[in-house]
Amino acid sequence: MSELLQFLISGLTVGAVYALVALGFTLVYHASDVVNFAQGEFVMLGGMVTVFAYAAGVPLPLAALLAVIVAVVIGLLLYWLAIAPARGASAVSLIIITIGASILLRGAAQIVFDKQFHKLPAFSGDAPIHLLGAVIQPQSLWVLGGAALVVLTLYYVMERTLIGKAVVATAANRLAARLVGVNVATVMALAFGGSAAIGAIAGILITPITLTSYDVGTLLALKGFAAAMLGGMGNPLGAVIGGLLLGLLESFGAGYVSSTYKDAIAFIVILAVLFVAPQGLVGRRTVERV
Amino acid sequence: MLNVFGRRSVILIALAVVMAVLPLLFPSSYYFRVASLVWVSALAAIGLNILMGKAGQVSLGHAGFFGIGAYAVAIGPAHLGLNALLAVLVGALLSALLAFLVGRPILRLKGHYLAIATLGLGVLVAMVITTESGWTGGPDGMPVPKLSLFGWRISGSNTWYWITAGLLLIGTWFALNLDDTPTGRAFRALHDSEIAARTAGVHVERFKLQAFVIAAVYASIAGSALAMMNGFVNPDQAGFLHSVELVTMVVLGGLGSIVGSIVGAAVLVVLPQLLTVFQDYEHFLLGLIIIVSMIFMRDGMVPMLAKLTMRARR
Repeated sequence: MSELLQFLISGLTVGAVYALVALGFTLVYHASDVVNFAQGEFVMLGGMVTVFAYAAGVPLPLAALLAVIVAVVIGLLLYWLAIAPARGASAVSLIIITIGASILLRGAAQIVFDKQFHKLPAFSGDAPIHLLGAVIQPQSLWVLGGAALVVLTLYYVMERTLIGKAVVATAANRLAARLVGVNVATVMALAFGGSAAIGAIAGILITPITLTSYDVGTLLALKGFAAAMLGGMGNPLGAVIGGLLLGLLESFGAGYVSSTYKDAIAFIVILAVLFVAPQGLVGRRTVERV
Repeated sequence: MLNVFGRRSVILIALAVVMAVLPLLFPSSYYFRVASLVWVSALAAIGLNILMGKAGQVSLGHAGFFGIGAYAVAIGPAHLGLNALLAVLVGALLSALLAFLVGRPILRLKGHYLAIATLGLGVLVAMVITTESGWTGGPDGMPVPKLSLFGWRISGSNTWYWITAGLLLIGTWFALNLDDTPTGRAFRALHDSEIAARTAGVHVERFKLQAFVIAAVYASIAGSALAMMNGFVNPDQAGFLHSVELVTMVVLGGLGSIVGSIVGAAVLVVLPQLLTVFQDYEHFLLGLIIIVSMIFMRDGMVPMLAKLTMRARR
């Protein structure tokens, strides 16, 4: 029982991070139809900038804020310099561009920072909390609470504000949105900036637990994508469910089946989902009209 | 002249002449090695181009097949006592079989979904290679025995230059000929519009699968050649970054242009060699090249140059 609870907690903790990465994917995909493979690099930037700013003597909350700002600026640059000029390119060309961006950002991080692994101190100490025989790290609560806060904020913005309505309108029909006065380019830039912020927050929250280095982005992006796919691409609620589910699958798979193939689970899930439901579990089926 | 030989023969003869003349310009065996790397990469890229440029299907996990070919010539002789050439064949068969088995469900997908599924497949192959260290040496890789034919040990950059050049010529010849076969025409039809192709009676699923299997065999043979040439394999050759490099070669050179794939491979192999001074900047520059070329040369280098010369002639 305690073992089960332990796996549940660690699964939910990493799952929350996957959920945030998946949210970033869906936000950008929703607004621009671009699958942004550089999404994992924002997580990396969040962790790395915080680590280095903190090491340079900046207080932790300020370092974290700085990391989010850096990530947002890079997200906006990515949109303005690489995505916007490639307007009208095919889905595959855009994927290759964002993969190029992710390699570039990784290369830049390797130059600006270094190739080592880095750790942040836990936000509220390392004293473990005991619950029904399971051990909870306080940082896990930070991750879960932070993720919940991000999800609620995003929900509020999307449902209750004009910006949210503009995003929804852009996602539904770009031309119609433009006709009713939505500045589509601004909405897309906001989506890139927003997803960068979400990614960076995920990176800051998880670094005390999993460490960070210049190349953690790729695997996170792939797992976030698996989560988004599991929930149905472009569906924010699906992204959160998909992320948590993937985290749990990984945790239980590693605990009860094999830990060496823990990272493979995300890809087996991707392939399995696509084989069974090519549009994702919650995604809509579309019919191509000729 | 052009009409006597036909476009295909002109390309093949030009390629053979370049291959024969290049060594005269090489001051050291290092250049033979770099050129062999270009031929090997071009072979894999041409295979991928048959899938991407001709049949219009993307694969972001193509290095997986490259890795299977590479590890076949390492594991076959070391653990199973296979002859090296037989191991190449086994690798190619394994790649073809894997492509055949997963191709059908995967190729039902389109756009992002196909990209991510092939990516997942490639990453899984790389993970198996990294994890099964008893067979593969794990992340450190393993040595590959030198190829020997009829008691004659094949080694040295010069020898491998000619072997890889020969392989690339055969690969180019096959790819060029494919264009004018019913299969090649079917590929083109489903590239333009799957639905139109289906209406015209093209068995879409079968031809997609064929293109996938052909591309996998090309990559596998290229992988085997590289592994034997290097005398060493490591999991990077099956990795995601290598898959991206292969796709970039195809797209940079020009989708659907066989010559383009050779040019794309040459650029992506030679550039990092020139940039070794900036070793730390390698990834940064690779990313930059990918982005800039995708934005400014959407058709790829060779089709773009062809268009420019056509315009200049007018």
